[in-house]
Amino acid sequence: MKVSYFPGCTLKTKAVKLDEYARRCAEVLGVTLEEIENWQCCGGVFTTSKDEVATKLSSVRVLKAAQDKEQVLVTVCSACHNVVKQTNHQVQTDKEFADKVNRYMAAEGGYDGTTKVYHYLELLRDVVGFDKIKEKVVKPLNGEKIAVYYGCLLLRPGTVMKMDDPENPKIIEDLIRALGGEPVIYNKRNECCGGYVTMENPAFAEKKSQSITENAKSFGASRMITACPLCKYNLEKHEEELPVVYFTELLAEALGVKEDADESAE
Amino acid sequence: MSQQNNNLKEELIRISGVNPKKCMRCGKCSATCPAYEEMEYHPHEFVVMVENGNIEPLLNTESLYRCLTCFACVERCPRGVEPAKLVEAVRLVATRRQGANHMKADDVPAKLDEDLPQQAIVSAFRKYTK
Ligand code: SF4
Ligand code: SF4
Repeated sequence: MKVSYFPGCTLKTKAVKLDEYARRCAEVLGVTLEEIENWQCCGGVFTTSKDEVATKLSSVRVLKAAQDKEQVLVTVCSACHNVVKQTNHQVQTDKEFADKVNRYMAAEGGYDGTTKVYHYLELLRDVVGFDKIKEKVVKPLNGEKIAVYYGCLLLRPGTVMKMDDPENPKIIEDLIRALGGEPVIYNKRNECCGGYVTMENPAFAEKKSQSITENAKSFGASRMITACPLCKYNLEKHEEELPVVYFTELLAEALGVKEDADESAE
Repeated sequence: MSQQNNNLKEELIRISGVNPKKCMRCGKCSATCPAYEEMEYHPHEFVVMVENGNIEPLLNTESLYRCLTCFACVERCPRGVEPAKLVEAVRLVATRRQGANHMKADDVPAKLDEDLPQQAIVSAFRKYTK
């Protein structure tokens, strides 16, 4: 199966491994991620204001590229996922916004809001299936205690993201179980790491992130996983004991493609 | 309410899509806000102050740049008020004023370290500048 894929700016720079592991694992699972041509950065955060139009066009163009290929659109980064899904929702529900967007894009053809957007995790759960993943595991995690960090962007707003229960999610825990690990359920798995505020107030981001890693450690976690490069940066910046890795790295380990992926990402 | 404040209120309601009248003043949004301790005005105060047309203090508070856009207040408000959308609208009205950008491109190099992801920079620009 082929799907349209939007990696986003950070997966081409500081988070190349997040991207490389995702592609490799998808191939093992029978899915090819076809990168959209000439994509632009999503902007990192969604602007909720109804009168912000031009800054959302990069996301609309990605959605349209997938529509033109009659494919579903897959993202891996939590932030891209949030921005693209919220933009899609706004096209679907805010007629005035959709009209403005389509006037901007008249020369390139319009976008009607019909593209289906999956986070990579949803692709694994809803298209591939965790049972199938379990069958493909060659190096199970042997009961390793993994703290899943959702943060904000994967789940909220729940009415738009529609990925999982925003207050009691289980999608990544179920994936960990399929890989043979033991998910650690801790209180702060869907609280904010401090996000972009780390740029101007690093002490504040440090405080937020440390309360999360301390909480996970108190439940016995030996590694923490995330889908977001900015969460990873904040969480590991001052953390000495608990390694924070991308969820795709764990998947690549279990599917036996991590070494190959590491080589080509170097 | 002065005409100017009324105009501002209407603009904020229009661009945010928020109806502050739905708020029942329970304070749950502020109780769950991870930036609470860093803020002068908290999410429930944004809602109340916009409703009362007391907007100038909000336009000038650093609280605008402490909001993490984590959508916790949106998710957890029992009345579906979506306070973060109002915070965002006030921030946009503030940063769209000429020369009011909260972060300048020239400030960025000093903030970089080897590991900082691009995502942080683009997000900060989106939130702190017009
Ligand atoms: S979106 Fe902003 S105001 Fe709302 S809870 Fe998060 S940090 Fe607080
Ligand atoms: S949670 Fe909702 S209803 Fe309660 S104070 Fe905040 S905005 Fe008002």
